[in-house]
Amino acid sequence: MNETLKVDRRDAKLALAHIYVAFIALALGGLAGLLQTLVRSGKFTLPANISYYTILTTHGVLLGLVLTTFFIIGFQFAAVSRTAGTFSDRVRFWGWIGFWLMTIGTAMTAFFILIGEASVLYTFYAPLQAHPGFYLGLTLVVVGSWISGFAIFAHYARWKKEHPGQVSPLLTFMAVVNMVLWLVCSLGVAATVLIQLLPWSLGLVDRINVLVSRTLFWYFGHPLVYFWLLPAYMVWYAIIPKIIGGKIFSDSLARLSFILFLFFSIPVGFHHQLMEPGIDPFWKYVQVVLTFMVAIPSLMTAFAMFATFEMYGRSKGATGLFGWLRKLPWGDARFFAPFVGMLFFIPAGAGGLVNASHQLNQVVHNTIWVTGHFHLTLATTVVLTFFGAAYWLIPHLSGRVMTKAMNRLAIIQTIVWVVGMTFMSGSMHFAGLLGAPRRSAFSTYGNSPQALEWIPYQIAQAVGGTILFIGIILVLVIVTNLAFFAPKGETEFPVGEVAETAERTPLAMENWKLLIGITVALILIAYTIPFIDMIQNAPPGSKGYKLW
Amino acid sequence: MHIHKYEKIWLIFGIGSLFVFLTIIGVSAFAKGNQPPSCLTTIDPEKVDQTPPFNKPGLVKTGDNEYQLNMVASAFSYTPSQVEIPKGAKVTINVTTKDVIHGFEVVGTNINMMVEPGYVNSFTKTFDKAGEYTILCNEYCGAGHHMMTARIKVVDKQ
Ligand code: HEM
Ligand SMILES: [Cu+2]
Ligand SMILES: [Cu+2]
Repeated sequence: MNETLKVDRRDAKLALAHIYVAFIALALGGLAGLLQTLVRSGKFTLPANISYYTILTTHGVLLGLVLTTFFIIGFQFAAVSRTAGTFSDRVRFWGWIGFWLMTIGTAMTAFFILIGEASVLYTFYAPLQAHPGFYLGLTLVVVGSWISGFAIFAHYARWKKEHPGQVSPLLTFMAVVNMVLWLVCSLGVAATVLIQLLPWSLGLVDRINVLVSRTLFWYFGHPLVYFWLLPAYMVWYAIIPKIIGGKIFSDSLARLSFILFLFFSIPVGFHHQLMEPGIDPFWKYVQVVLTFMVAIPSLMTAFAMFATFEMYGRSKGATGLFGWLRKLPWGDARFFAPFVGMLFFIPAGAGGLVNASHQLNQVVHNTIWVTGHFHLTLATTVVLTFFGAAYWLIPHLSGRVMTKAMNRLAIIQTIVWVVGMTFMSGSMHFAGLLGAPRRSAFSTYGNSPQALEWIPYQIAQAVGGTILFIGIILVLVIVTNLAFFAPKGETEFPVGEVAETAERTPLAMENWKLLIGITVALILIAYTIPFIDMIQNAPPGSKGYKLW
Repeated sequence: MHIHKYEKIWLIFGIGSLFVFLTIIGVSAFAKGNQPPSCLTTIDPEKVDQTPPFNKPGLVKTGDNEYQLNMVASAFSYTPSQVEIPKGAKVTINVTTKDVIHGFEVVGTNINMMVEPGYVNSFTKTFDKAGEYTILCNEYCGAGHHMMTARIKVVDKQ
């Protein structure tokens, strides 16, 4: 089980299977996204009585939950196999079990959405009540992801045992942190689904505590976004330096930032519930403070990235304050797509701080501003980084090479995405500031003059959405080519090395008892008292409603 | 662990700004009372029509230039659907729902609340500008969600 340069063929198959499902989800979800922007422009109605909210549920579930989870787990399997050695047959076997559970769960969930039995959006807030099959499908997805998480933990434990006293490979460590984060947070959504929603939708219990269910959901919902973001940070920290020919700025600071994400990304769910009754404003503020703390590791990441770029440029003889910018490999899509993702994270992060501030949240809460925000963070920063990773990961796994023509197409794809997203997300932000609500089909609200003002922005969103859909077609062409048609050959799986000047990494960073202990302590501080309050002062529960 | 000098400067500046932001939010919330709507009153969602003040929804004068506006949300409308408010009035809006979760947004203002079954939510606002305001539901509640709306007319006092 030595460190290999190439992912074992059997492990590659497992990783690729996940990535295929992810891109199928992108194709279907992207189509739904296009339809949404067209409907919201007011110039188009869906044929055959299809409901806007069925389409929107499909989009949210396929892109927010399926594309992300499948790509992340596939990518992490590949990264762990590459840096901590080929999996044992047992680990791989459980990886496949995880894959099939997630895939069957996805198919089930999608089926009940598409037959119109689950138009509850991807957040499925009670007391809207979906078909039990919808909740069951989601349960299978989560349980499958847990099994894959434990497969990664088992492989990591074996590496540690075989390398006593050594620091684990950076990418493996990062994958383990991300799966720990996922496990700890998805306990919340599992609790509300298994203890509350499923028995209630099956008719075993009549009523549900709505606020408890929402709180469990958002205990999961915010770390969920960090579960999406951390794999992008893995690419930035550990892979991009190798692609540009530079070095990792600091191994220990990279690990420290991941540890801070583990600590601070969970006890912050109330920032999604700032406008809710039943939660004392003191506890909302406590979680707002913790929310701001989670910006710190992102500040560290920004520094590390630009330090890497500058060190590399200067080592190539760049002079002047910004001369190093010219030395970066702009024509290489493996670098260009993630780099553009990084740039978009600057306004996206600033918007996030706006959302987390009580008084400003009051202006933008549940407006289309929020949708604009996460199409920058998730649908640009994270997704462009995933695309950039796919450009070497897929050919590495499929035993092919990316041609110059495909690389050019990938550069064009990135630019198309930037243009489309600038239109769509930009106009979403503006319309949101004017009060346009999110998650709403086209409406003039009885010819309200204020609602009429939003229409030009909604048309701009449709223009942006159309351009983005072209971007989706392009990336699907590239990915299909890389998986099945590109010339056979060897593609490198780039893994960065640490700069000589960087210091040795303290082993204490892998003291999991300590790390998980602090994580749990912060969660208990942030949640115990308000959660007990909610249960003790609970109003009568709610019956289920199917209002679509 | 050693941290590079420039990184220290960057982090001190960054973390310092975060604390400035937090102080501003905190002072505004706790000292000036600009807290987000967080009413703790509960109600039986199936008995809203019998529970005061929601058994008689509408505007009630409670003091000199002070009013309560009690509103009931349900799929897919608000009761009352038209409200007249005298200009300059300080109005405490109380809202609750009879069925699922709804939103309560007054477009162009910072009135923005989640309305959840079992709870009353509440926010106080002085209406200084005459004109028509649109109330709309900004939390998905079902097929007619985007039709769920009401009007507030702020009128000059006679
Ligand atoms: C063709 C590209 C895309 C278009 C045109 C598009 C369009 C939209 C629109 C218009 C909405 C909001 C609709 C509403 O609130 O009424 C939306 C919501 C959403 N989008 Fe996208 N999107 C695209 C790509 C993506 C991608 C790549 C992701 C994630 C990886 C994503 C994730 C989401 C999520 C999670 C929601 C929230 C759904 C909800 O609020 O229930 N989108 N999208
Ligand atoms: Cu969040
Ligand atoms: Cu609604």
